[in-house]
This record gives sequence, C-alpha cells and structure tokens, in this order.
Amino acid sequence: MFNQFSRWQKIMIPVISVVLGLLVGAIVMLVSGYNPIEGYAALLSGSLGEGFYIGETIRQITPYIFAGLAVAFAFRTGLFNIGVEGQLLVGWVASVWVGLAFDLPKIIHLPMAILAGALAGALWAFVPGLLKAKLRVHEVIVTIMMNYIALHLCNYLVRYVISDGQNTTDRVPESASLKSPFFETLTEFSTMHYGIFLALAAAIIYFVVLEKTTTGFELRSVGFNQHASEYAGMNVNRNIILSMVISGAFAGLGGAMEGLGTFGYGFIHGAFSGVGFDGIAVALLGGNVALGVILAAALFGILKQGALIMPLESGVPTELVEIVIAIIIFFVASSYIIAYLLQRLKKGAK
Amino acid sequence: MKKRKYGVALSMVLAAGTVLAACGSDEADTGTDEGSTGGEGAEETSEFKVAMVTDTGGVDDKSFNQSAWEGLQQFGADNGLEEGTDGYTYFQSNNDADYVTNMNTAVRNDFNLVFGIGFLLNQAITDVASQNPDTNFALVDDVSEGDNVASITFKEHEGSFLVGVAAAMATESDQIGFVGGVESDLINKFAAGFQAGVEAVNPDAEVQIEFAGDFNDAAGGQQIAASMYGSGIDVIYHAAGGTGNGVFTEAKNLKQQDPDRQVWVIGVDRDQWEEGQVGDDNVTLTSMVKRVDVAVQDISTRAMEGDFPGGEVIEYGIQEEGIAIAESQDNLSQEMLDEIANYQQQIVDGEIEVPSTLE
Amino acid sequence: MDYVIEMLDIRKEFPGIVANDNITLQLKKGEIHALLGENGAGKSTLMNVLFGLYQPEKGEIKVRGEKVNITSPNVANELGIGMVHQHFMLVDTFTVTENIVLGLEPKKGLNIDMKKAESEVQEISDRYGLKVDPNAKIADISVGMQQRVEILKTLYRGAEILIFDEPTAVLTPQEIKELIQIFRTLIAEGKSIILITHKLKEIIEVCDRVTVIRKGVGIDTLDVEGTTPTQLASLMVGRDVTFKTDKTEASPTHNVLEISQLNVKDSRGVNAVKNLDLSVRAGEIVGIAGVDGNGQSELIEAITGLRKVSSGVIKLNDQNLSSYKTRKITEAGVGHIPQDRHKHGLVLDFPIGDNMVLQTYYHKPYSKYSMLNNKEINKQAKKLIKEFDVRTPSETTPARALSGGNQQKAIIGREVDRDPDLLIAAQPTRGLDVGAIEFIHKRLIEQRDNGKAVLLVSFELEEIINVSDRIAVIYDGNIIEIVDPKTTTEQELGLLMAGSKNKAGETENV
Repeated sequence: MFNQFSRWQKIMIPVISVVLGLLVGAIVMLVSGYNPIEGYAALLSGSLGEGFYIGETIRQITPYIFAGLAVAFAFRTGLFNIGVEGQLLVGWVASVWVGLAFDLPKIIHLPMAILAGALAGALWAFVPGLLKAKLRVHEVIVTIMMNYIALHLCNYLVRYVISDGQNTTDRVPESASLKSPFFETLTEFSTMHYGIFLALAAAIIYFVVLEKTTTGFELRSVGFNQHASEYAGMNVNRNIILSMVISGAFAGLGGAMEGLGTFGYGFIHGAFSGVGFDGIAVALLGGNVALGVILAAALFGILKQGALIMPLESGVPTELVEIVIAIIIFFVASSYIIAYLLQRLKKGAK
Repeated sequence: MKKRKYGVALSMVLAAGTVLAACGSDEADTGTDEGSTGGEGAEETSEFKVAMVTDTGGVDDKSFNQSAWEGLQQFGADNGLEEGTDGYTYFQSNNDADYVTNMNTAVRNDFNLVFGIGFLLNQAITDVASQNPDTNFALVDDVSEGDNVASITFKEHEGSFLVGVAAAMATESDQIGFVGGVESDLINKFAAGFQAGVEAVNPDAEVQIEFAGDFNDAAGGQQIAASMYGSGIDVIYHAAGGTGNGVFTEAKNLKQQDPDRQVWVIGVDRDQWEEGQVGDDNVTLTSMVKRVDVAVQDISTRAMEGDFPGGEVIEYGIQEEGIAIAESQDNLSQEMLDEIANYQQQIVDGEIEVPSTLE
Repeated sequence: MDYVIEMLDIRKEFPGIVANDNITLQLKKGEIHALLGENGAGKSTLMNVLFGLYQPEKGEIKVRGEKVNITSPNVANELGIGMVHQHFMLVDTFTVTENIVLGLEPKKGLNIDMKKAESEVQEISDRYGLKVDPNAKIADISVGMQQRVEILKTLYRGAEILIFDEPTAVLTPQEIKELIQIFRTLIAEGKSIILITHKLKEIIEVCDRVTVIRKGVGIDTLDVEGTTPTQLASLMVGRDVTFKTDKTEASPTHNVLEISQLNVKDSRGVNAVKNLDLSVRAGEIVGIAGVDGNGQSELIEAITGLRKVSSGVIKLNDQNLSSYKTRKITEAGVGHIPQDRHKHGLVLDFPIGDNMVLQTYYHKPYSKYSMLNNKEINKQAKKLIKEFDVRTPSETTPARALSGGNQQKAIIGREVDRDPDLLIAAQPTRGLDVGAIEFIHKRLIEQRDNGKAVLLVSFELEEIINVSDRIAVIYDGNIIEIVDPKTTTEQELGLLMAGSKNKAGETENV
C-alpha cells in the first residue's frame, strides 16, 4: 500500500508513527495524572528489564510474527485475510491433537505436530480462497465467519473429542513439545520456547517465496493486477487459493507455537485470543515485508508484555497501553498525513 | 503512592462507574463479617503480601474478579496493608497467555500468597506453583493439585436453588430461562441447582437452558435474552459474566418500552441490583451472590496467620456464608422471602441435598 | 493588456527532473488557446500549477493583470479558473444535479434545495447548449454527457477560464463535433479556454493560438492560422515527422491465423461475435475497422484465450487454439498488445524489468528450479529498453512512473521480442503523440516484413488505412467486407462500419 512512496518514506512512516504514538501516549498519561517517564520506564523494564521478562516478551513476539506474516502474505497478493484468528485456533488445536494422539520419537513427532498446525490453518483458509476464486465471494466476509466457526468448533473438539468433557486437554508429551528447559532456565522460568526460531525461519521463507520464486512473482502480479496476470497467462484463481492457503499455513503455525510451546495444551477459549487481529496491525506497521513484520511484532510484543507490569510499577492502567498501541496504528493508517508532512519538511529544508 | 491510589480509583470510576454504590454496601457488610479476625494482623503487615491475577474478564467485570478484588481491598484495609508492590495488588490478564506471566511476576515480586481468579487459571497456577514451592497459591472456582495450592470452590448449586425458588414463584408464564457462559462442569452446577429449586416450588414450570459460548459477549447474551423473552419466558437467570450484561440490557429495553410487562433477570456472583435499574423500575428480581470476597478474605487471613490450607479443597456454601441471596430484596415479596428462608434452612440442615450436576 | 491569464517564467521541479523550465503562457480573453506537447512534455504539470495543485518554484501568475498566488484549487475556483480533467471526477450513483452542486449545495434551512439546484443547472445547460438532463444518474449517461457535466460543474462555480485536459481522448467522432460546438458557444459567451492536447487536427480546427512545449521547455507561441500540422508536429517533437507511413508492398504467403464460424458471448451473455470468418497471412497486416462495440474486443479476447469460445475454430498454423488457455496460446506463438495497457498490458506497480518478462518469467534463463534469476531478467529488460527506446531512469523503475508512450513501447518490445507468428495490436497508438505513433507503426510493419502475421484493431480510420494491407470491416460481430486500403476511402469505410451493405451504390452518392 506504500507504493506511491519512496523507499526512504516507507521506512520513515512507520518509525514516525511509532514515535508520534508514544508521544501522544505520553500526553495522555500526563493528562490522566501519571508520570509518562515512569510509565515508559516501567514498560521497558517489564518487557526487557530482566531475563524473565525478555523471555516472556520473545514468547509473545513469536505468534505475532506468524500472524503478521499471515496477514501480510495475503495483503501482498491482494487479499485481506481477517481469518488469521480462526486459522490460528484450528492450527493450535490440530497440533495439540496430533501431539496427544501419537507416541513417536521427537524427531518425527514434533515436526508432525507442527505440520498438522500448518495444514489445519491452510485448510481453514482454503475455504474462503476457494469461495473467492470460484464464486467471487468476498474473503473478508467468509474469513470473519470462519473465525466464529473455528472458535466454537475448537472448543467442541477440546471438550468432547480431545479431552473427556474437560476445559483443557492434557499436556502434549515431551516428544511433541516446543518447550525449552534451556531457555526456561536461562530466563528464570519464563515460558520462552523454541518457537521463535521457527518464526524467524518463517520470515525468511516468506521473503524467499514472495520475492525470489516464480510462484511469488505470480502471486504478487495477481495481487497488483488480476487482469494483466490473466493476460500474461497466469491462473488467477489458482493463485488466489494458493495465497490464502499459504497465509493460513502461517497462521496455523502461529497456533501450533501456542499449542506446543507457550501453553503445551489446548483449552476452551471464552473469546478470541486477539493475536490474529493484532496480526493485521503488525502487518500494516511492518509494511508487509518480512523484516518489517519481525520489527513490528517485536514492538507489539514489548508493548503487550510491558503493559502487564505498568500498573504495578507505575500505576498506569493497562488500558492506557492499549490506547498507545491504538494511537500508533492510527498514525500508521493515516500514513498519508505523515508522508505529506515529510514532503513539506523536505521542501522546507531546501 | 497517593498518585497510584488516585489512578486506580480513576480507572475504576471510568470503567465500572455504576458499581460504586454496590461496592460501598459490600464493603460495609464485609467489615462486620470480618470484624472478629480483622484487627489481629497489624504487626505482620509488613511481612505479608498478597496479590491476585484476574482472568481475561478483568478487575472491573462486575463479577467475581471484581468481587475478589473488593475482598482483597477489604483485607488490605482491615490489616493496614498498602496497595501496591508492598501490600496487596492485582494483575490484570488481557490474554490467556498472560496468566503464567502474571503469576510469575507476582512471585518475583515476593508476594506470599497469589490468588488465581477463575478456573481458566488452573493450568497456569499448577505450573507456577510447582516451580515455586515457597509461595502459596489459591485458585478460585476450580481444583488444582499441589501442596502449596488451596482450591476454593463454591456450592453455587445451593444459591442457585434459592434463586430458583424465587424464579418459580415470580413467573406467570411458567417458562423460565437460564443463560450460561461457556458450558462446563462449573456452569452446570448453577443450572442444576436452579432447575431443582424451580421444580421444588413449581413442578409445572419449565426451565430452558442456553449457553452463549462466551463469557464476554454482551451482544450474544442480549440476542439469547431477546429470543427467550420473545418466546414467553419472563424470568432469566444468567451465569454468564459479561455476557449476562446483555441479558440485563434486553430486559431493560423491554421494560422501558412497556413498563407493565413482567421481565425479570436474576443476577449472579454479585448483587446485580444496579445493573437492573431502569428509570424507577428495576428488572433484577434477585441475585445469587457468590462471596468470592468472603473467601478471598478468609484464605488471606488464614495464610497470614500461618494457617494456610495448602493442598486442600475448601467449599464455601450457604453455611459458610460464601453463598447467599442478594441484599437488595425490594422485588421479592414477603411470601417469597419466607419460602426462600425456609428452603435455606432445609439446605443448611441437610434435609435437602441440592444436585450439582445436570442429570 | 487584454490577457486574462499570464503565466510568466514558470519553473516546477520534481525530485530529479525539471518538469517546467521557465515556461510562459499568456491567454487572451475570448480565445481558445492550445497547449501542445508530447506525452510527458510538462503540459499537465503547467496546468496543475495554474489550478493550484502544485506550487511553482519560480515565476509568477497574473489573473486579469493582478499578480496572484494560487495555493489550492479552491483559490483557482474563486479566481474563475475551472478545469475539466481527462478522468472525470463524478460520483456514479449521484444524479447530474447532485454532482454539480456537490460542495456548494443551495440550502433551504438544513436541507438541500434540490428544486432550486435543478433549475439552476437546467438554466446553465440551456444557455451553453450542453443538453444535459439534470435528473439522470451519472452511471446511466454517455461519456460525452459526463464530460458536459464536468463542464457544467466548472460553469456552476462561475468559471471564466476553462482548462480542458485532453478532452477528445475519450470521445467518439460525433461527440467531438458536439464538443467543438460547445467550445464555440462558450467563447461567444465570453469565456476563455485552454485546451491541452496533442492532436494536431483539433488545434487547426478550433484554436486561435497555440503554445508548444517540449521536454519541459516552452518552444514557441504562434497563431494557428497559417500553420500546418506538419509544422506543429516538428515543433512538438523537435524533428521532422512524416504522417504517411513508408512501407513496401506486402508479400503475404501462407495463412497463419484462420478463424471460421466463430461465436463468442460478451460479459452479459449476449452473442458479440457471430459466425465470424477471418484469416491473416504471414507477411501481411490485416486491419479491423469498426465502430467500438461491434465485437472487436470479444474477438481478440477469444483469440488470446481471455474469453471462452462458444463455438467455431481458431487455427494458428493449423493448430486449433479455441479451447486453449491463455498461456498455451501465448506459447503457441501469439503476441498481444492489449487495448488497455494499464488494465491488461502492465502490472503498473512492478518494475518495468519484471513487466518485460510477464509471460516468460518461468522460462530459462529468467528462472531456474522455480527461483527467479533477477540478473537475467534485468539483462533482458536493459536490452529491450535500449532496442525499443523506452525512456526510463532504470529497469527497476515501476511501470507506473513511465509516460504512456514509453509504457506502450515496453509492451511492444516485450511482445515483439517473443517473436510470435501472430501479433495482435489492439489500439496500439491510443493516446500517444505523433512521435510514438510513428515509432509503433514502423515496428508493426517491420514485423510484417519479417514474415509475421499482424492483426491490427483500431478506431482511427487513418491508422487503419495507412498501416494495413487488407482491411476487414466488422459490424455487429461479423466481418461484412474486406477492402483494399489503397482503393478505399474514409467515407466508404465509414458507411460500411455503420452497417451499410449496399456499398457500391452508396459510395457513389457521397
């Protein structure tokens, strides 16, 4: 969406958005009677201040990277995947299910469980992709609906199929677990797990597939201009479905990270986890490129994690942190304003 | 420190607004309850620190998170504790993934006792408790294993039985509704007790049971309520947290359109009289009050006195004053109150065994 | 001084380029003043400066002798300057009146006084002979009428000076005639007009004076009377331009494309191509003449696989293409310069280099094991950019940033370089200036001379007659006549295109 901007602007716009968001957040804190310096200091120490918090922050970043990549991948190919939340949930439950259902050596079991998550997410996204390709049903509507189906279906599966009428499933065995005793010890019993490496690997795969392969060439082409792609002999429908499937696979992997890593089990969700929806903001802030998504996910992870400790350390309520995040997204979304200001600034400098 | 208190107060005002009056009456009430144990711990205060971790409903959920926090505040006030890292505090969870983090953060800040509010925190509390044997934990609404964990449960079926009696006497259509949050053993306890209470008084009345699938979906709750009231049901008992707010909204809308129409809501967990106020009318028939605050104060006091019931499951029922009918009784006739008192006595005496599961 | 507008020594820079370099334009009251220049010469930039969309780095603007500072289109409106854009700015679902009063609605209390608005619109429309129905929805009226709505919009806002940006590009010949009539009425009512165009014939026909700019520099301002199209063209391009396309006699051989009994449905499901027969031989250019909407688009889409064939046979070198997908047809040896280069020809947000391999990216050497080889892609792009004189800063520049002519050159380069047996060119010169047109015609003829079959579709009769070796006239989805361009006339073609079968009798009467 930043095509009309120069490379320099593409980098500066999110950075300035973040800075402005933090500034306005500081003003909101001041007006509400809190000390913004104390507040942001608490936020930083609560996310990066100690080993434990760093571990928790990295754990938080992991699903954000996957959700961000999922949304960004669809974005880049002209689709708006709001169903990341649902795809993440099915990926979660599928990975836990496979984790519990089999008894295999880790070298087979863990990849299999992770793959099950990816497949489930892909399958969940395949439906809206197919409907879009064949019947031109708008993917936004279908993916939103699929979110609800996913939520309640997963709850049903957890309660009646995977567990015996319980609120949570059993814990996945060690052979299917992403949990890392090494990291846990290193970070003073945080829930940090190996998922972060998979997330970073996923970002590299994202970059290579989209930018370096013929498939990515087609996907991007279809995203920019379906007519020209059709003219060039590309199969537009196939690419729409493929795009959704890959996007869903990223989301499903994010779910597997939660299911096999963060929690190690599945449970009844009273409401959406919100990670999938935050993924939209992560993708937007990250400019839909791999590195951008990682950085944006890191920012979100830090903000969300630091928000937990802010009330205790500085008295600033978590709601205010949510406001700061919302303001940042607002400034990214209104990037035109910033681009305009940048141009003005440049002119002034001359 | 002043600023901090002001901040919490402000956020409570912003978010919880209407509840303040209810808080006031609760606090006054618990003050007398705890009068006997309140004054003692003055010397230990600097030693003893207690925290609670909310579930995703948040501390201003007008339900058990809020009730627990009120209990903790009362405990703090009674024992001269300061709010914050050195006395008592709460950690709000915005996400399921926050439970473990918040638990750990509480432990790392050297709180002696950490409450987990709600069965959603079971796994988290079990994990963190096993990693931190020197800290005491208490789980509300579910049972966790572990020598340093006390499990607090309530005999919700008993209270639900009593409001079932009220519902059965209030209904004119003999059709009664029950809206649950997410189907679970816990919520089934409410439904089972309620159904038994209705049946005891009015065997002809029918109870329709629905689950919203969510504890935080007011819109969904309103939809279910709309269809229930539309089908002739005139009393709805909700055990659905935030979702239940939608039930109140629908009932109040109906009452506003037609003040002569009979629509009742039975509140849960706290005295939900305030939620039912519409003009001069009030649609809250009564509320099944679960005194999470009483339990929280009780366990905190025992822990402070070195009598922490680690590894035990403590059940709070009518007898333990953990379960009761709400104080606001303007919508209950004397006849109803008598009947309720009658049944209450029977339950306390063990003459009635209230079922805790749906058959 | 009776100048209503004076733009003196205007200089406008964009990062890296000078779009306007000390250009002066002076508009007299009551004249039609042409602003002539190639695509990308800086005409639109200059007018956007006048309209307040850009601020000039240097120079001054005087309106009726007063120095002014036009900081926004609102200021321009207040000064009585109105602009009719090439791409209309209308709300499709609103009525004509609603569009015209948008932003200036007459109020009656809090409500819009629609009655008053309608009568005002009707009054202006009558006065200038615009013939617009104030109650019609924009979506339901023709392009020509939409343009008149745009004119009304400026007049409603009290414009005295009207700027028209390429107004005839989207119009049919009949609508162009009507527009010229409207110009005359406007002048008679005391308005002044600036006409941005690169169509020389129009200038000669309607304008009083013309300012020529080339590559951002003002070349000359002269009276139109006494000039010739050739003279204007040389001023605009900077060298001599020939309008007659040089070509030798065609020496066609075997049939490359053979279409028989072809039926194709349009998007609404109605038969648009009906039992059509057509053949194109190697070494010849067949031009398809016809009024827009007689099945040309559907025919091309059917040949290239973009539209399903209902029945019939399309043979390319004895291979039946009628059931093939686009990619297979492309690989069988069909090149296609599409009618709408923005919609079909290019992925505008891709670098021009990627656009150069839009159909071949999956072949060696551009990819290997499904991985793109950017080095080879850029090498190919550089080669084509040089060969086809595509003016672009680099092969990584987005296609969007190029001017229309250079975009078209890139497409032609790409299609020709694939060396197809059949090259289909649909309106290849639409919207281009004379220099680019000349270049493209030469390339088409070069293909023919290399023994390829060329199928040219155009609404410009002059182009069809100049370039084709045979002309097939299409009417109502059928080829109703094949004529020889050397012996036919525009009149004859015009009548055939209108569906007149009685060719001999009618033409004699003309």
